[in-house]
Amino acid sequence: MCICNSRERVDRCFRDDAGRTVATLSRVLGDIDLAEDVLQEAYLTALERWPRDGFPTRPSAWILTTARNAAINRLNRERTGRDKAERAALLERAIPVSDVAEDDDDMNGMPDDRLGLIFACCHPALNVESRIALTLRTLAGMSTTEIADALLVAHATMAQRLVRVKRKIRDTRVAFAVPAPERLPERLNDVCTVLYLIFNEGYTATSGDSLMRHDLCDEATRLCRVLAALMPAEPEVLGLLALMLYTDARRDARVGADGSLVLLADQDRGRWNGAQIAQANRALEEAEKHRVLGSYLLQAQIAREHSVTSATDVDWWKIAKVYEQLEALQPSPVIALNRAVAIGFACGPVAALALLDALPRGELDEYYPFHLARGDALERIGRVSEAIAAYELALERTQNVAQQRHLRSLIAKAR
Amino acid sequence: MQYMLLIYADPSAAPRSEAEGHALYEAFQTFTKDLRSSGTFVVGDPLGPATSATTVRVRDGKLAITDGPFAETKEWLGGFLIIQASSLDEALEVAKKCPGAKYGSVEIRPIVHM
Repeated sequence: MCICNSRERVDRCFRDDAGRTVATLSRVLGDIDLAEDVLQEAYLTALERWPRDGFPTRPSAWILTTARNAAINRLNRERTGRDKAERAALLERAIPVSDVAEDDDDMNGMPDDRLGLIFACCHPALNVESRIALTLRTLAGMSTTEIADALLVAHATMAQRLVRVKRKIRDTRVAFAVPAPERLPERLNDVCTVLYLIFNEGYTATSGDSLMRHDLCDEATRLCRVLAALMPAEPEVLGLLALMLYTDARRDARVGADGSLVLLADQDRGRWNGAQIAQANRALEEAEKHRVLGSYLLQAQIAREHSVTSATDVDWWKIAKVYEQLEALQPSPVIALNRAVAIGFACGPVAALALLDALPRGELDEYYPFHLARGDALERIGRVSEAIAAYELALERTQNVAQQRHLRSLIAKAR
Repeated sequence: MQYMLLIYADPSAAPRSEAEGHALYEAFQTFTKDLRSSGTFVVGDPLGPATSATTVRVRDGKLAITDGPFAETKEWLGGFLIIQASSLDEALEVAKKCPGAKYGSVEIRPIVHM
């Protein structure tokens, strides 16, 4: 066999199982950095040996065992500084050979450690920025540079952030495990939050020239699918998956030819991804079977209402009703704003304006969609100069270039 | 693995009455008794008030002794615990039950054995 073919075969073996192998190694070593390093070492060993000695019959087992041995060697070599007892404990926890000597080499036959890794990466003891970065690194397999570019953070800063968070996990021994049942709802919510933040950062890039960064949306959706497959009985995970699929189904229609933002009501619904909406419908129906109302499930229900084929068919009363349930679950000025906007669409701009002006101003005053909604209502009832003033307030409150462009065009049109 | 729980007191959230203070004392007694019986407890005690503190620094061979920590600090270290736990999550469960968490804050640090 020619060398390049064997290299491809080695690559494929490693790539197919990389996520799960890193997860397993991280759990037994309690150290993500070490897991990544020894997996790399196993890869180099495989490149050297497999073409020469023949491919192993059970490549996954071979990779795990080789990586484990590399870890043991490394820990033995680095016998300085940290105490020996600690080190011995680490080695004891390393995968016993029997674990990998199963008959079949199917990774599906092994418990999936990715779930434990997800909970470790999204642990509340880590700061949110680090959780996002680490999840993208270890679970989505993105490189440090890719993550830095996607999140618009300097490469060195991102590298530093990842080093620090991996070290904290190792030194404080964050558990690579699914939390106990009494802690699960809260911890699962933390995981969903991280995936949602990744998706949102991709969907509404908070700064920068382009409106969306699709790679982040894709990764968040993919991770959410993995989570849903690993925890099929969790309605909030399914709800979140449905929400991401509905939202992402509109991505092509959401940006105009010139890169500007196209509002939902003005979007060409023919450009929506129908197959993805159908997938979202299925996930949401599955979630609804559990008869538990969670915030992601409710948001997905709103997204489903918006996904009807014609803008005039949108049932705004139904949407307002779901926002009301959402507000009862987690009171927030933004949800109150959305409910007011929905009622406004059901009853017309005069009612909308009255509702908007009745909201407590505080936090909302810094939130650009609030001023955008006020401007829209004012313009519809012909109070043009006030509408322009509201759009200008909105303009001052967003850093996103595409959103700014959209607001400028609204101001120009109103004049 | 051992973790140190640094129990900080927040004067603004301190017990307001003698009865409440006594209840807090009782709660600490029960808390440490439970930790002892589960084998989690290594060592731990309350500390004298911040006003009893003395700070020592040696710079260029010269000794500097100052009275107390910085008076303006809002929270002060009121006690400590060293516990045995298998993961941060287990240590968090202990910290959560610490009566001090209700009145101030509990900082968890892994102990690095030299």
